[in-house]
Amino acid sequence: MPIKEDNKITADTFLDGIWKENPVFVMLLGMCPVLAVTNSVSNALAMGLATTFVLLCSSSLISLLRHLIPKEVRIATYIVIIATFVTITDYVIQAVSLELYNALGAFIQLIVVNCMILGRAEAYACKHHLLKTIVNSLGMGLGFTFALLCLGSVRELLGNGSLLGYAIFGDSFQPWVVMVLPPGGFIVLGTWLLLFNWLKERKINNEKNSSNTFANDKGVA
Amino acid sequence: MPVDSVSFIFLNAFLINNFVLAMFLGLCPFLGVSGKLNTAWSMGLATSLVMLISSLSAYFINELLVYFQIEFLRLICYIAVIASAVQLVEMSMKKFSPSLFKALGIFLPLITTNCAILGLALFQTNKNYDLAQSLAYSTGAGAGFILAIMLMAGLREKLELANVPNTSQGAAISLMLAGILSLIFMGFAGLGG
Repeated sequence: MPIKEDNKITADTFLDGIWKENPVFVMLLGMCPVLAVTNSVSNALAMGLATTFVLLCSSSLISLLRHLIPKEVRIATYIVIIATFVTITDYVIQAVSLELYNALGAFIQLIVVNCMILGRAEAYACKHHLLKTIVNSLGMGLGFTFALLCLGSVRELLGNGSLLGYAIFGDSFQPWVVMVLPPGGFIVLGTWLLLFNWLKERKINNEKNSSNTFANDKGVA
Repeated sequence: MPVDSVSFIFLNAFLINNFVLAMFLGLCPFLGVSGKLNTAWSMGLATSLVMLISSLSAYFINELLVYFQIEFLRLICYIAVIASAVQLVEMSMKKFSPSLFKALGIFLPLITTNCAILGLALFQTNKNYDLAQSLAYSTGAGAGFILAIMLMAGLREKLELANVPNTSQGAAISLMLAGILSLIFMGFAGLGG
């Protein structure tokens, strides 16, 4: 029996990836590039867009081929498809901007092993039709880019005192060099997660409190 | 110590540029399988075994690719080699130690998408290492991975006894710990230079 496909595209198809199921902050997928290339905003942006491109293309192709790929060799097929698009991206970036290519280094090629892309292929693209997959992976890719930018901006601001290369603070600013070094990546991501946890907890507490007062009002009446 | 000597390459991959804590490679198992010391140990061992096999195969495959001038297929070939190396380790582990095989579970096939392994193969190609240097690089990286994941597992076992605030439980506190570990590893920067 073929799997029944839910064809409706809602706003959530797109927005889930950006906020509720954000690949970095909520699902903790694809951590390696997240920490390694976010020492400046421009690197973070380039990496985010490259990953979005690969995710979009490979998910679309997998969604188109989903009835042709035999179940037993699906992972290998996905990997080959992803590797093809990564090779394309790698050569394009090398041709467009050598400076960027050197800054990102091997991490462009390492998009192949970004668990987020394989995870999306396995969990979404092989079960949904083309249009829905495109919308969803666009959301996921933008959510990934958003997360990279969150990290990149904080690290560049504190570690270099600049944003996108423009100095923000005056000359008297003493940069926190550790922020652009590896430990800064771990610590900044940890702090972001802390912030999101705190927000979530506060929301739950608020809901609890408001339902409590509602119950009390009823009791009084 | 000269920079391209075998011992320096080993030391470099092991401590100075530790794959996990300085280059951010292989973070998924580092954060995912570091809950208990003995699973962390077997995960580290399996990963470094795959590293050794795939690094050696990658070296010879690269020679072939360069000979036929089809370097653009490098990425696809490497990933295929790594996937088969993982399969090999998985099968031998199932035969020789079924309990270990069960303990690692889903994380064993996931070694394929461990960026430390593909990263190792790509870096050694980019740096033009010869056979002996590649061997030193991969053993150093493997030992470094074991060291990092064992340190993390030890810390997290202690953490279970500590009173961590609700907000920072789970990934947040692990990342903070990793940050501090990484800070410590920066102290090795002057080593051997």
